[in-house]
Amino acid sequence: MTVGIELEEVGKRFGECEALSAVSAHIKSGEVTGLVGPDGAGKTTLMRIMAALMTPTSGRARVAGADVQDDAAGVHSLIGYMPQRFGLYEDLSVRQNLNLYADLRGLGEAQRRASHDRLLEFTGLAPFTGRLAGALSGGMKQKLGLACAMLAAPRVLLLDEPSVGVDPVSRRELWRMVGELAGDGMTVVWSTAYLDEAERCDEVLLLNHGRLIYSGQPAQLTATLAGRSYLVTDIQGDRRRLLTQVLELEGVRDGVIQGAALRLVLAGAGPSNALRNLLADYRAKLQAAPPRFEDAFVDLLGGGPGGLSVLAEKMDDVTGTGEITVRCRQLSKRFGRFTAADSVSFAVRRGEIFGLLGPNGAGKSTTFKMLCGLLKPSAGSAEVVGLDLRHAAPAAKRQLGYMAQKFSLFGLLSVRQNLDFFSGVYGLQGEQRQRRIEEMSEFFDLSPYLGQSPELLPLGFKQRLALACALMHRPQVLFLDEPTSGVDPITRREFWTHITGLVQRGVTVMVTTHFMDEAEYCDRVALVNRARLMALDTPDALKARVASPQLPNPTMEDAFVHLVAAENVLPDAEVAA
Amino acid sequence: MNGRRLRAMIRKEAWQAMRDPSTLLATFLFPPLLLFLFAYGVSLDVKDVRIGLVLESDGPHARELAAAYQATPWLEVKPVRHGKQLERDLVTGKLAAYVVIPQDFDAAMESSLRAAQVQIITDGSQPNSANFTASYARGVFGNWLAQQGDGAAAPRIQLQQRFWFNPELESRQVLAPGAIAMVMTMIGTILTAMVIAREWERGTMEALLATPASITEVLLSKLLPYFVLGMLAILACAFCVVVIFSVPLRGSLAMLLLTGAIFLIPALGQGLFISTLFRSQFDAGEVALLTSFLPAIMLSGFVFEIESMPQPVQWLTHVIPARYFIEALQTVFLVGDSWRSLWPDLLALLLLGGLLFALTFAKSQIRLD
Repeated sequence: MTVGIELEEVGKRFGECEALSAVSAHIKSGEVTGLVGPDGAGKTTLMRIMAALMTPTSGRARVAGADVQDDAAGVHSLIGYMPQRFGLYEDLSVRQNLNLYADLRGLGEAQRRASHDRLLEFTGLAPFTGRLAGALSGGMKQKLGLACAMLAAPRVLLLDEPSVGVDPVSRRELWRMVGELAGDGMTVVWSTAYLDEAERCDEVLLLNHGRLIYSGQPAQLTATLAGRSYLVTDIQGDRRRLLTQVLELEGVRDGVIQGAALRLVLAGAGPSNALRNLLADYRAKLQAAPPRFEDAFVDLLGGGPGGLSVLAEKMDDVTGTGEITVRCRQLSKRFGRFTAADSVSFAVRRGEIFGLLGPNGAGKSTTFKMLCGLLKPSAGSAEVVGLDLRHAAPAAKRQLGYMAQKFSLFGLLSVRQNLDFFSGVYGLQGEQRQRRIEEMSEFFDLSPYLGQSPELLPLGFKQRLALACALMHRPQVLFLDEPTSGVDPITRREFWTHITGLVQRGVTVMVTTHFMDEAEYCDRVALVNRARLMALDTPDALKARVASPQLPNPTMEDAFVHLVAAENVLPDAEVAA
Repeated sequence: MNGRRLRAMIRKEAWQAMRDPSTLLATFLFPPLLLFLFAYGVSLDVKDVRIGLVLESDGPHARELAAAYQATPWLEVKPVRHGKQLERDLVTGKLAAYVVIPQDFDAAMESSLRAAQVQIITDGSQPNSANFTASYARGVFGNWLAQQGDGAAAPRIQLQQRFWFNPELESRQVLAPGAIAMVMTMIGTILTAMVIAREWERGTMEALLATPASITEVLLSKLLPYFVLGMLAILACAFCVVVIFSVPLRGSLAMLLLTGAIFLIPALGQGLFISTLFRSQFDAGEVALLTSFLPAIMLSGFVFEIESMPQPVQWLTHVIPARYFIEALQTVFLVGDSWRSLWPDLLALLLLGGLLFALTFAKSQIRLD
């Protein structure tokens, strides 16, 4: 096994900001190496350095023997690189894209034909060669991007977040393809923010805040947690309250909700007496569980946050009438000939966390936007706390809080002005408005940052601010659109601490996500695929549906993939038809 | 430099241009539209201007002068007795100016002690028209006065005016070539800046640069197609100008194309330079609009004469490529292939173009940081 890429003390600075500091690693050929870390960890910067698109500020990097600084042209002729968003020309057809890259890589005519045929078959794109790349589904775009990067049989294949926005089925197919390529001796680097993908790599480089915090086999890292991961099952009572209490105990490093159970990581081997006593109160059972990569990552970062949410502690209960807070019947949305949501019906109970789960483009955001009154349904009805969004949209909107993707804060306003603006938009006035703003800055520790731009805040604070803005008017229903995509696991846990706290105060939470494991926090999950509601049940029940002797402990993603397969729908075939 | 890679990228650019209706619109629909607007919308001629005439005196001289005003083909005269009424019309914009022939006009004409006077009141809120109107009105009076002389005897000096190159002083003839410069600026600078920014914005530039293609090849693959588009546009424009607006093309077509080709050097250079500084289409488009299109209208002598600008602004106009291009175009259209008046303009364009390209290559990075 030879070394594919050598990194020696690679550092990169952008002005004041240190994007990478002293990263050293040897990436082997013939393996898939995962470059893993949350957004802003430095993954893309390192990718670009390896692709000789950026020069390191310090240190050296050699790709298949060629130095990225001295021999950029040499590196370019050796690598295949797929940037984020795949680097495709959406206004060119599949074949035109392939031809362009074949010409750029100087492929001979015979070689080109052979290469095209092989790749088109490999990726299943053969029937779509005349179609514009922009008209392909996310999964197919990704495969085409991969095909373009692989045309000239590169020695090193660099894939920058290839799985973002791609449905789980396509993601698995891509894994299979990349695995085969590595088997042929290619060096493959795959960057990802999904920790469950890291587990599938032969080796991982774990990045956080520009530093390499682990390099080696994922199993080895996971193994360090042997005997420290536990599952708490058969909980009598509120599992969320239990989690809050457990996380406050000494000796508990991390804890998350997993369906009806809790998943805990302990500091040492064996539970403490305090934990045993607490679990006894809930008549819950503690059993050892195989550790997961994410457990190890959080442990490496020093453990998860505590379980108490100041917000939820100090906030008053949110009350309202009616058992059902959100209801939709036969809700449909068509954009021209395209159906984004097709006869979606469900009802959400007060104080429930309800998840809409599905890949990008499945229709979950469309459904969501109709429920918040941001989009007008083509057919069907939507109600929030008993108010029909078609006739009483303004009244309904006053009862809901909305936190959009990427937080949607105003970067040109200060933190205080953001709070001020949102309180005004939600119709708060005078003394009450002042009081709420002060409350929120106190609950979320925002006071030191009030004069700053939200853009300069650490990610965790940005998220708190966005949540504060959505909660200022005490909504009965909180809508969260992809609240934690790209966020590191610690910040994500803190966020969920607040959410579980809010639910205990009586707030109903609607959340969309494409993180399959985030769905575990939900009471019930609606699986959305191709505009239709595929299944609606508790996370555990969904998983149980697909459990089999071969797969005794399925994950949410397994459940999703199997349910899609059970519908006997090949995702891309349907789009093609 | 690798011919095959370059060809592949140019072909790609052509496909994209053909799929993107905005590029085609900018090349083939925009020119006639702009020409039409400038040729008919922005007429600087004073023709059929409505002016008033207050005839306070009934004397023969006064009436003769009034007749002289009414006989002028350029003015549409509305005679009245009292000024009050016209004052109102001037305020409401119904009149551009009015002339007052005072009560003592005849007396002054007869007297050898006093000079006869008329009063011209113009609408100063429209300075251009006010100027033109005032000088026309003054001219009519001057002519009439000269004809009075010694009875019927011919004046000793007779002024014969001839306007060269544009005998009827039709502003359309001067504006139409200017409009060509607008179109070329649009294609050369704005479109180019935006298509390169588009590659950055969509992340395709990153993919291109990670292939063996060099930055020079990538940039050339952008410049060549837009150069060709620019040349097609100048042909389309010339056709419209000559056929539809009947502006004569006194120079040769070859000279026109040469002038256009030379102008495209600084125009493309500017687009390229902007695209190396701004990587979002919005920013690039906005900056291109502000630094190329707007100066091309305001500071090129297209609408406003450079000689009447304040000195510092006049200096500024020397770095605006459109200034030289418009001058050269006017020469080619109205004068002919006059090398003597063309070479300074063409040289200036080449110098500006060289400067912009040098700046671009000094600034242009092969890498993303």
